[in-house]
Amino acid sequence: MKILNLPIAEEEVRALAAGDVVYITGELVTGRDRVHERVVKEKKMPGISLKNGAVFHAGPIVTGDKGNYKTVAVGPTTSMRMEAFEADFIAATGVRIIIGKGGMGQKTAAACQKYGAVHLMFAGGAAVLAADKVVDTYGVEWEDLGMPEAMWLLRMKEFGPLVVSVDAKGGNLFEENKKIFNERKQIALEKLSDTGEIK
Amino acid sequence: MESDKQKFISVVSRFVDYNAKRLPDDVVLCLGKMADEERDERAKLMYGCMLRDIELAAETSRPVCQDTGLVQFFVEAGTEFPLLRELPEALKEAVERASVSAPLRPNAVEYPSENNTGTNTGRGVPYIEYDIVPDSRKLKLTVYMQGGGAALPGRAAVFPPSKGFRGIAEFVADAMVEKGINACPPLVVGVGVAGCMPTAAKLAKHACLRKLGRYSELTEIAEEERKLKALLDEIAIGPQGVGGRASTMAVNIETACHHPSSMGVAVQFSCWAMRRGVLEFDEDLTVKCLTHGGF
Repeated sequence: MKILNLPIAEEEVRALAAGDVVYITGELVTGRDRVHERVVKEKKMPGISLKNGAVFHAGPIVTGDKGNYKTVAVGPTTSMRMEAFEADFIAATGVRIIIGKGGMGQKTAAACQKYGAVHLMFAGGAAVLAADKVVDTYGVEWEDLGMPEAMWLLRMKEFGPLVVSVDAKGGNLFEENKKIFNERKQIALEKLSDTGEIK
Repeated sequence: MESDKQKFISVVSRFVDYNAKRLPDDVVLCLGKMADEERDERAKLMYGCMLRDIELAAETSRPVCQDTGLVQFFVEAGTEFPLLRELPEALKEAVERASVSAPLRPNAVEYPSENNTGTNTGRGVPYIEYDIVPDSRKLKLTVYMQGGGAALPGRAAVFPPSKGFRGIAEFVADAMVEKGINACPPLVVGVGVAGCMPTAAKLAKHACLRKLGRYSELTEIAEEERKLKALLDEIAIGPQGVGGRASTMAVNIETACHHPSSMGVAVQFSCWAMRRGVLEFDEDLTVKCLTHGGF
């Protein structure tokens, strides 16, 4: 079991390859659409440093009050929604690990190569499995954004399995998969005649 | 009558809460079977996560997925069911109660203010659709909690009917390949074919809600369902889009007559965490659950 500890060094991130399976231990933050907009469009920074850290594209269910938060469920949301912002988010925050559902596009992949960052995918919907790896929900930034959109501060222990989807060397698992799926789709459709009969 | 209404609300809210935490029996069985048949290592890893998540959710009484969706109700309402006039208010209250008890993630966001109502209720939510059953004293209630990721790849269009099955198959395959990865496959694919866009979309939703493993009662449609399932599975996007041996848990098609010159086609997806539950109430509010043996 390959465990990555946060904060993480650039060399360790650059050594990862698309398809690798890893687990994460340490402190990370959640951040989805509104957190990315706030950092990239509104040029604001949270009260904690994300340098060499990780951002998890997730909107958790959290119960309890300040000092007593509990993450009930926290699964990944679609990372591609953050594609327009992620490259600038990496540049602004110094984050090295992005975790979410599915993959990310070329702009993010280029930023991963430039700054030394990776995107990891976690099984979408497996929110209790992920919450089970949350040791402590130790705070929240920008709670005004509402429960799903706020930046929750989570301490994780052996969070995974996570599959490297975008590495820092130009590898992109889902972009490759999409090409394969498109080819298979063409072949499958060609077997159907214009009337829908299978040739 | 007040106590009957309260009893109804209490059962429905308990069921909405339960439905967020337990997948229906047919879905759990199907995922287990697909996991057993899978040979790809990465795909097996993903199935392992899903099945473990289902177990942990049950053990710890937590929502299977953090995105507990927008709550939708499909009501087959007997005209003689005693609580008919109370239904809209009762269903809304049931959702509000379940949102607190489960808890469900607040997902009802107003347009254009983007204000989250915080209660999972608001303008148009929960969505409620009624079908009237003349002379019946029963009520069949389907609850479906659809996450945002699964709703995202849904699409509808109007084709000239000459496009036929080939056109429909291409439309569905395009939607799946372009956006299906993020809808958390393996998917339930619901296809509607009807006279215009909204009627097709409504049928696509109904198609999605069919019990797994059941094909259409219409022979020609059942044949098309098999063909379309084979086609989508051949693309093999696999669990979470990592690849593998299949793409879908089911492909269901519901149809209505279309116009001679236009045919509405819609596709709607459900994720592996298919939170569909069905309750049947008698007039005395005796209740039977048709989807979950444990409720």
